[in-house]
Amino acid sequence: MLIELKDVSYVYSKDTVYEVRALDHVNLGIEEGQFIGIIGHTGSGKSTLIQHMNGLMKPTEGQVLYEGEDIWGEKYNLKNLRTSVGLVFQYPENQLFETDVLTDVMFGPKNKGLTPAEAEKRARAALLSVGVAEKYFTTSPFELSGGQKRRVAIAGVLAMDPKVLILDEPTAGLDPQGRDEILGQIRKLHRERGITIVLVSHSMEDVAEYAERIIVVNDGKIPFDGAPREVFSHYKELETMGLAAPEITYVMHELRERGFPVDVNASTVAEAKESILKDLKGGIRRV
Amino acid sequence: MFKDITLGQYYPTDSILHKLDPRVKFIGTIAFIIALFLIKGPVGYGFATVVLVTLIRLSKVPFKFMVRGMKAIAVILVITMLFNIFLTPGEKLFSFWILTVTREGVETAVKMAVRLIYLVIGSSLMTLTTTPNQLTDGMEALFAPLKKVHVPVHEISMMMSIALRFIPILMEETDKIMKAQIARGADFESGNFISRIKSMVPLLVPLFVSAFRRANDLAMAMEARCYHGGEGRTQMKPLIYAGRDRIAYGLILLFFAVCVAFAFLGL
Repeated sequence: MLIELKDVSYVYSKDTVYEVRALDHVNLGIEEGQFIGIIGHTGSGKSTLIQHMNGLMKPTEGQVLYEGEDIWGEKYNLKNLRTSVGLVFQYPENQLFETDVLTDVMFGPKNKGLTPAEAEKRARAALLSVGVAEKYFTTSPFELSGGQKRRVAIAGVLAMDPKVLILDEPTAGLDPQGRDEILGQIRKLHRERGITIVLVSHSMEDVAEYAERIIVVNDGKIPFDGAPREVFSHYKELETMGLAAPEITYVMHELRERGFPVDVNASTVAEAKESILKDLKGGIRRV
Repeated sequence: MFKDITLGQYYPTDSILHKLDPRVKFIGTIAFIIALFLIKGPVGYGFATVVLVTLIRLSKVPFKFMVRGMKAIAVILVITMLFNIFLTPGEKLFSFWILTVTREGVETAVKMAVRLIYLVIGSSLMTLTTTPNQLTDGMEALFAPLKKVHVPVHEISMMMSIALRFIPILMEETDKIMKAQIARGADFESGNFISRIKSMVPLLVPLFVSAFRRANDLAMAMEARCYHGGEGRTQMKPLIYAGRDRIAYGLILLFFAVCVAFAFLGL
């Protein structure tokens, strides 16, 4: 088990009128190499949850373990943990500050204690792997487009060579093309380098398409945790939490209701297409 | 990191003090502060105590919230008391080394301490029961006559409310950027003075960028809604005195008169 949360609770503004319980006795394990999607409506506790994974927030109760070690133990090196568990915040482009793109991306590796030459090597590799072309390396990050800035910021975390990459809505505010490119590059990182990915998203389609496991967060608890097909089969319950299943799942349910024996748990368009074609090849039968 | 700081000190609850017009509370607070410096004797202080306790009860704000403001003046309080105790000439009570404690000294020290404490509690009573927006509205209305001498009262109060509104936003922003940089291995806590200042760059640059962006957006949004300054502008929630506000003014006047009377009688 790479990251493990044991009975973790977090309370904001404890003992005041503004007290809010953001996490309520959460138990969670993340295995190495998984691609996990986290969904939940605004204010459900997603962001609080992911900030516990790299020790930015200290649980009010409970334990967080990384590779079996308690990260809030006395001698634990949190700085090392944060370079192993990379966290990309929402709108990460707001954290850019350097005079040029390359130097900004080098910030992380340099903090890790690498030599400037090694840091630069890592930064170049990270930038290229998220699709930032070499010609942008010397421009000011403030002159880039929104999508480019986002990539540079993600590269800034990636350059620390983390084992786990947590991304909080990395596609918020991007156009469909930018969204697909970024998610595609994240998938590539997962497949080619075996990085464990935790993707927080509002888009059911995105998590269904990319994640192999979905964690649903609602009111600081985790009501569902499993494969997309399984989680989205609870679409009625998800709706009461202000969430939904992907559009295609609804289409499949509708088809089944009209009498076609399709797979109602298909959560991606590709799965649905296969199921419908299979059905059609056998001639149209109604059940 | 900044989670404990809330906008102003406002304590949301439903009490008669919360409902009062901010102008009444503002004038009442000023009257209370002046009265504190007028009264001299124990009767006067006793009267002020009774009034203050009644007001705290009426406000329904837990007492510990009032005491919170006290931490800020704790140092001043101790220093004032020490100076008064040791440096006031008068009837000697006891002395050691070069320090002499006098009866007058102890008396003034106690008086000063009570004054300072009541002053802080009195003014926190206002900020605890009035939202910052109500406060600036109230001040704008009270200072409206200064417009005659070309003081931009409306603009000043607008700037004040914007500034107040921005405090929690910038706090949150700072917290976010700080966390984002810590996640990239930044270290804001260790190191010597120079390296600590240097470590602020990754925090301050994005913070300034975002502050300017927000200010720009706000200016645009205000212009898009045809904001053109205070001239001819009406308010969404105009301040109108209700019956309770008139009664409150009457009570403030009465309180002040009694305090003046006590002061003259030296009670």
